[in-house]
Amino acid sequence: MARKIMFKDAINEAMRLEMERDESVIILGLDVAGAAGTEQARDAWGGVLGVTKGLYPLFPERVIDCPISESAYIGAAVGASACGMRAVGELMFSDFLGVCFDQLYNQAAKFRYMFGGKAVTPVTIRTMIGAGFSAAAQHSQSPYSMFAHVPGLKCIIPSNPYDAKGLLAACIEDDDPCVFFEHKALYTMKGEVPEEHYTIPLGQANVIQEGKDVTIVALARMVQFAEKAAKALAKDGIECTIIDPRTISPLDTDTIFSSVEKTGRLVVVDESYDRCGVAADIAAMVSQNVFDALKAAPQMVTAPFVPTPFAANLEAAYLPDARKIEAAVRKTMGVSNAVKMQAAAN
Amino acid sequence: MKAQLSKENLLKAYRKMREIREFEDRVHVEFAKGTLPGFVHLYSGEEAVAVGICEHLNDLDRIASTHRGHGHCIAKGVELEGMMAEIYGKKTGTCGGKGGSMHIADLDKGMMGANGIVGAGPPLIAGAALASKLRKDGSVGVVFFGDGASNQGTNFESMNMAVTLDLPMIFVLENNGYAESTSPKYSAKVGSDNIADRARGFGMPAVTVDGNDFFAVYEAAAEAINRARKGGGPTFIECKTMRYFGHFEGDAQTYRPKDEVKNARINDCPLKRFAAAVTSAGLVEATELEAIDKAVLDQVEKAVKAAEAAPQPDLDALMADVYVSY
Ligand SMILES: Cc1ncc(C[n+]2csc(CCOP(=O)(O)OP(=O)(O)O)c2C)c(N)n1
Ligand SMILES: [Mg+2]
Repeated sequence: MARKIMFKDAINEAMRLEMERDESVIILGLDVAGAAGTEQARDAWGGVLGVTKGLYPLFPERVIDCPISESAYIGAAVGASACGMRAVGELMFSDFLGVCFDQLYNQAAKFRYMFGGKAVTPVTIRTMIGAGFSAAAQHSQSPYSMFAHVPGLKCIIPSNPYDAKGLLAACIEDDDPCVFFEHKALYTMKGEVPEEHYTIPLGQANVIQEGKDVTIVALARMVQFAEKAAKALAKDGIECTIIDPRTISPLDTDTIFSSVEKTGRLVVVDESYDRCGVAADIAAMVSQNVFDALKAAPQMVTAPFVPTPFAANLEAAYLPDARKIEAAVRKTMGVSNAVKMQAAAN
Repeated sequence: MKAQLSKENLLKAYRKMREIREFEDRVHVEFAKGTLPGFVHLYSGEEAVAVGICEHLNDLDRIASTHRGHGHCIAKGVELEGMMAEIYGKKTGTCGGKGGSMHIADLDKGMMGANGIVGAGPPLIAGAALASKLRKDGSVGVVFFGDGASNQGTNFESMNMAVTLDLPMIFVLENNGYAESTSPKYSAKVGSDNIADRARGFGMPAVTVDGNDFFAVYEAAAEAINRARKGGGPTFIECKTMRYFGHFEGDAQTYRPKDEVKNARINDCPLKRFAAAVTSAGLVEATELEAIDKAVLDQVEKAVKAAEAAPQPDLDALMADVYVSY
């Protein structure tokens, strides 16, 4: 059995291995080492939750603490990457995207196309997502659909330590701009992670389990909730397939479509919003492409269309959970259940 | 300056500073018990800045705050009970439990919110000051921001806007020596130790004061705010101060010298310095200050008890107030 490590350590390890392999890999962020300008030892923080801890002592010139100027340092990560570096820019919370968005949205994303295919911008932006910590409206969001809406950006959303390491390595080695979303509730999740370097191709979904009745597509932390719901449903004889797309741009539609062709039912679970979001996107593509296979309307389990509330009871009501997923699955099963019950009654 | 403040004003200023200190010290204790949700950033040690500025303001004047916002709230007159309940995420909180520590706001008091986004305040207050200017009601806008936030583009752009549009706006830089673990010696090199020097480059008056000296802050604020009220445009006030706790509650603070806070608490505490100044000048009796200390202790205790006993928000609050109409 491979060694078990935490999600955040898997991310750290991916960066360390990439920095060992390639001298052009640099890290830019806030307090990614820490204690800059003080008389105390550097590496005092290693990022706000310690994800980059230990990298500064190994690569003191390549782990670069920046002023709180996201436009400038995320933009500099883009610019440096367009000039031969492979920069990893850490945007502490994805909620701060508003401060630096132009450098990704109009710059990094569009260079290659606008410049007639001549530009290569292998930048990676790492950033935190996720609610569940009473961190309120400006530190809890999962706004990846805003990035996935932009042609030219790749969006990566790992759900476990193994994927986190392999996908981040793939992002750093990839020649396009990648935005890598880390759910803060997963940081302490443990899982088997090989010590050696490996990558996971971007755009390849992970089929977590197969079942004949319903296809559940779930992202990041929602994968765990989907697994829990599937267990409960299995007791009632409802068998679920769970697909973790792992990347939403590119999106592995083949895997999703062929699963729905078998099950005829789709439930998409996303911690972000239903409106103009990933869940709506996947539901629409399935409806358009495998409509004939559908036995029920696709269901979305998402956060309601409101900012993340602070109070714990409101936040719990806001978040998707296993119970809500179960209800959505049962809804898609409604018709055949009624038929089954009728058959039993006869 | 001391003599120009009435005894009543002196006691009021001291009370506000004591309310901030007691409130924050108590939140620190409660947070350590693990009962408080979310992220909390405390203002202990920086009291003279918020109070020295806000003593010149009325409810029409607007302030924008930071992630470290409790002190600004209290100085601007927000009620302690509502604030404590907000930090506990309760229905009776200033924002109904939907904002929490990082988003406490009381618009009736001209307090436009603590803020989770570093550097979000300056543009908002440029707007508040523009509204003041157009309304011609003599009100001003004050933005509080940190040494770290001083590096945010929004801050530079707002300084230029304020000068361009001649806005009644005060930039109050709280230079407490750290942005998380990073020193402004690294991230805000301005040729001197004074970040205020940048503001002069934009063409506005700028001063650097001892932010642990209430009277120094009060005096600088008097000049700046009077000028702004009379149409004289923006001013930048840098206040050198110190935070007594970690960046957030739970920060191990290995980036700080061992005795930095201990020494500051002994030799440079804004409340102690205020008390020494007013009692030695014979303006206030020590017993009067002690009476305030005791009253505030009770006030904070009451706020905690009320917050603990208050109900959680009703579940239908989840969907309410996203829009005015939709
Ligand atoms: C746009 C943005 N970037 C980064 C952060 C994370 N952050 C919160 S407070 C802080 C440090 C702020 O330092 P300073 O402005 O000096 O204020 P202080 O904490 O010292 O009061 C950082 C980096 C944030 N909340 N928003
Ligand atoms: Mg600071």
